[in-house]
Amino acid sequence: MKKIIVIVLLSIIALGIFASLQQIPFGKSKSKVGKYYLQNSKEETGASNVVTSVVVGYRGFDTLGEITVLFLATIGLGAVLATFKKKENGQPEKASLILTTGCRFLFPLILLFGSYIFIFGHLSPGGGFQGGAVIASAFLLIYLGCRGKRVNKVGSSVLESLGGLVFIVLGLVGLTLGGHYYLSNFLPKGEYNTLFSAGIIPLIYIAIGLKVGSELSGIIDLMMEETR
Amino acid sequence: MIIIVSLLVLMMFVSAIAALLFKDLISAVIAACMVSLIAAILFYLLQAPDVAMAEASIGAALVTAVFIIAIKRTKRYEE
Repeated sequence: MKKIIVIVLLSIIALGIFASLQQIPFGKSKSKVGKYYLQNSKEETGASNVVTSVVVGYRGFDTLGEITVLFLATIGLGAVLATFKKKENGQPEKASLILTTGCRFLFPLILLFGSYIFIFGHLSPGGGFQGGAVIASAFLLIYLGCRGKRVNKVGSSVLESLGGLVFIVLGLVGLTLGGHYYLSNFLPKGEYNTLFSAGIIPLIYIAIGLKVGSELSGIIDLMMEETR
Repeated sequence: MIIIVSLLVLMMFVSAIAALLFKDLISAVIAACMVSLIAAILFYLLQAPDVAMAEASIGAALVTAVFIIAIKRTKRYEE
């Protein structure tokens, strides 16, 4: 009986998806908003990476929601894992020489690459989320290679709160000064295709990169903590 | 181009099924990591480098690490 109900529900959902997808012709671009972004993003936002201009320009409010979801996930994980007791005076086993040397050599390079991704997010592919994830993978390497080293928790939570605060404050300032929507630009756009261009987009992406990087490395930190 | 893409899709399919079938959970996680890596390559070939970057760093590195830590805490073999 249960299986029949499940099958009926699934087929109803499949029918709904099929009916809504049937309206769109396969392989043809019917989206007008996409064409609008491609044609006008250069004049309106000044970012040469159109994806960035959509993510933090036109759809900046949605990005705020994404960041909030990630923040809630980190808080939930912390709340669940905080109920376990920490293991006392456990000496972690040492990693091999190759891993330790490799992680010492690669860690600054990966950090640099992650920062490059989010600082140049408005010029080249990438942005705050990707750069933050790369930075978190650098910290993962540290946890694997150099056992016993931990992220400074105060510093990472300060960075995280600062990133969120900068995002929200910039959005509200844009709302009052720049235009009639959240995260509208209020800074000069600068010269197209240079580092100091696109108004507030680089600032927002730096804030998002710091926030996402500290949140994801916080998740790794919580998971790696020795618990009983 | 079409040959490379179809080969990659085939490999992705095979590793997705392997991830389902492996009894050793570490092997299953590595197979799932393969799916993410090939998806990242496909995104890059389809001219979406932004998505490829996110897929490679989150799907292949961080999610694999989180799964492996969780397996280390629990059991390695599926019953």
